[in-house]
Amino acid sequence: MSSYLIKGARVLGGDPADLLLRDGRIAAIGESLSATGAEVLDATGLIALPGLVDLHTHLREPGREDAETVETGSRAAALGGFTAVHAMANTDPVADTAGVVEQVWRLGQEAGLVDVVPVGAVTVGLRGERLAELGAMADSAARVRVFSDDGICVSDPALMRRALEYVKAFDGVVAQHAEEPRLTVGAQMHEGDRSAKLGLTGWPAAAEEAIIARDVLLAQHVGARLHVCHVSTAGSVEILRWAKARGVDVTAEVTPHHLLLTDACAEGYDPVFKVNPPLRTDGDVTALRHGLADGTIDAVATDHAPHAVEDKECEWAQARPGMLGLEQALAIVQDTMVETGLLDWAGVADRMSVRPAAIARLAGHGRPLAPGEPANLVLLDPAARSVVDPAALASRSRNSPYAGRELPGRVVATFLRGVPTVLDGKAQR
Amino acid sequence: MAGSPPAASSSREARGPAAPGALLTAPDVARVVDRMAHQLIEKAANGLADLVLVGIPTRGAPLARRLAARVTAFSGTPIDVGTVDITLYRDDLRLRGVRALEDTVLPAGGIDGRLVVLVDDVLFSGRSVRAALDALRDLGRPRAVQLAVLVDRGHRELPIRADYVGKNVPTSRGQSVRVRLAETDGVDEVRVTEPEEPAAGTTGEAR
Amino acid sequence: MKRHLLEAGDLDRVDATLVLDTAAQIEAALTGREVKKLPTLRGRTVVNLFYEDSTRTRISFELAAKRLSADVINFSAKGSSVSKGESLKDTALTLEAMGSDAIVIRHGASGAPHQLASWVRGSVVNAGDGTHEHPTQALLDAYTIRRRLGRLEGVRVAIVGDVLHSRVARSNVVLLHTLGAEVTLIAPPTLLPVGIGSWPAEVSYDLDAVLPKVDVVMMLRVQAERMTASFFPSAREYSRRYGLDARRMAVLGDEAIVMHPGPMNRGMEIAADVADSVRSTIVEQVGNGVSVRMAVLYLLLGGAPS
Ligand SMILES: [Zn+2]
Repeated sequence: MSSYLIKGARVLGGDPADLLLRDGRIAAIGESLSATGAEVLDATGLIALPGLVDLHTHLREPGREDAETVETGSRAAALGGFTAVHAMANTDPVADTAGVVEQVWRLGQEAGLVDVVPVGAVTVGLRGERLAELGAMADSAARVRVFSDDGICVSDPALMRRALEYVKAFDGVVAQHAEEPRLTVGAQMHEGDRSAKLGLTGWPAAAEEAIIARDVLLAQHVGARLHVCHVSTAGSVEILRWAKARGVDVTAEVTPHHLLLTDACAEGYDPVFKVNPPLRTDGDVTALRHGLADGTIDAVATDHAPHAVEDKECEWAQARPGMLGLEQALAIVQDTMVETGLLDWAGVADRMSVRPAAIARLAGHGRPLAPGEPANLVLLDPAARSVVDPAALASRSRNSPYAGRELPGRVVATFLRGVPTVLDGKAQR
Repeated sequence: MAGSPPAASSSREARGPAAPGALLTAPDVARVVDRMAHQLIEKAANGLADLVLVGIPTRGAPLARRLAARVTAFSGTPIDVGTVDITLYRDDLRLRGVRALEDTVLPAGGIDGRLVVLVDDVLFSGRSVRAALDALRDLGRPRAVQLAVLVDRGHRELPIRADYVGKNVPTSRGQSVRVRLAETDGVDEVRVTEPEEPAAGTTGEAR
Repeated sequence: MKRHLLEAGDLDRVDATLVLDTAAQIEAALTGREVKKLPTLRGRTVVNLFYEDSTRTRISFELAAKRLSADVINFSAKGSSVSKGESLKDTALTLEAMGSDAIVIRHGASGAPHQLASWVRGSVVNAGDGTHEHPTQALLDAYTIRRRLGRLEGVRVAIVGDVLHSRVARSNVVLLHTLGAEVTLIAPPTLLPVGIGSWPAEVSYDLDAVLPKVDVVMMLRVQAERMTASFFPSAREYSRRYGLDARRMAVLGDEAIVMHPGPMNRGMEIAADVADSVRSTIVEQVGNGVSVRMAVLYLLLGGAPS
């Protein structure tokens, strides 16, 4: 295995230093390092962060390989600076057995671009009726620790309580897609002024907040961990803040798109902006940014959701919800959090690597950039700016909501256990 | 110049494009209208009661009313007047863009069996007149249709000629002839303007 | 005028007035004529692309196009499951390749006309999309009010019923406001959208309090299936609180008119004797629809190519 000497990178945005990667680990960090036989990378002006960890990725395999595969999604992830992604369970078949999660895990190993960590379904077939074999998935080669019916809320309160309790046995966590289904029948976008004008059925903020409020109470009652997926409203941030203050063991994530975009995007009826939970208001965006800054929201998770052209180039109501996120996530966070002064680069590392890895109990990721640690890291050029071209994305799908938008930052290199998966902005396999 | 103008009025001007500037002033317009009224009386001597003057908006409409008033003044016979909006009959909508429609008003008795004289301000390509003929066809069946124009500037694109012409004005294609009437523009005047030239504000007499 | 008519907001006051004036001119031009046909749009092709059954709207557009001598193609996409059939985009591109100059679209999905407009070069006219808008209905309603009352400025209009699901209400609120009328929306709170506070209209839950003060009452169709979704308890309670019957009609001012976009649920939102009364403009609205749609087609298609 070759070794790499990275010259002059600013670790977590600090002073320039050299990093020597050898045998999959960070061998040394310091000034003016040299190493014979090591490939030298000039990282002047680049920032080094621990490899990013995504808690929420839809890789679509098995079932919708026309939209994404584990391999293409892995490539998109590596290009976005990720070294680990959690593959959501809503595949076809659903990842509700040890067999399916092991298959996904193995496909990730074969692709070799990021660690693909399967998420197990909470209930059989995502039907919300009875628990899937959570323990079997936890014990499988995939070592599942995050369980979610994402796309569908575990709305039955008794079932949710049992799930929260049950996964304590293997230190698992239930990641809830918080959406009271009776309040979102036919919902198309955030319910408010714009939905009233556009004639699209509203998705009320209360449908998310009601479930989060219920679930933090349940988690507290049974002494379990709870993770809340893609928090989208100011009210949700308040409830989480309240719950954390009470000592509830709850964590939460926010997506890049909810940090940047609002329901104004729906005005042209372009379904590329249809997503679940929907894009909200300016006030929600502000609350989410501040919630992420003060740690109420623990993590940024992409909810990367590739869709085939025919599922997006159609009527809004018939389009499938979701948008691409892996390749632009870091750029959006730089744009919305760093350049606004809400978060420094150490904060970005915390929210995009350290905390998500901790929530998922993922060993080997989200570690400090220090000698002896696994060499999972990303180098980015914060001064670069570029316009997003969906045709140039590595994902098999093209449903990026950022098409034509100029964004800051560029991932120059990504290392997974010392092996470059991305160099000079290009995927290495 | 394509086709020499009919000799309904005597034109003493030399051929060739007119010099820019005011071609007819208010007294000239009044004189020309009077002359046309006399010609109408002369030609339609035994059929004035049959006559309907139908103006083509915008400026053909007031012109028709003036002409009718002068015919009445000279002959003592009241003359029916109407207007026919041709917008919906134009074949050049795509080129000219849409315009607000104007009224189509015909005498109570209609135009069946009568002598209709269409009245317009400027005769140029002939397309407006063709549209007016189409509109008339949908409105009734006149005994005959004739055409009276204040200015004939040539450059016909259709086999159409005027029966009564106030003034023949040789122009180049790029020039434009602007007729202004008191009823619509506050002043009686006919001008030839160059393509670049603003509508008003030029000086110099062409006559 | 813009190239498309997708929603009432596409028309500013000048444009909206131009449409109404043009409709009046066209109506005057055709009144009493044997040949109710104008050559204006000869050689142009208008496609009626209807994804929902609406015979009256389709016929109205068809008649409007034919009276302007346009070629009309009726393309009914209803019935066949859209998910299995050709996509809206493919259909649009096919129609355009066949040389359509304008597409009149009725669709169950809000926003479908907007999407269509982004795919084709010709004009798109929204003939009703989901619960979004139905701008030509609002134009014909405004035209009807102006004809009956002689003005729109300051006219007080009550729109009563299922505002939440009504594209007619949305278009009318915007257009009538543009034209200077004052709109009050009256419905049970369940049938008013969240976010209605941003609309240029007053809101009331009390029909009896509003009726004596208005010049126009526009009744919206209420579908019985709203009952099963608990928007209101029963048809009886609905019509008792929000239906227009002879007793309520009696409190209206002398000149006030009663409108309904049709089709009506007699006995539900409107009593039969009200629908058939002299105040009712319901039949007149249908006729006015053709003139207004002729005006729209003329103004959109008569324009210079972009
Ligand atoms: Zn979700």
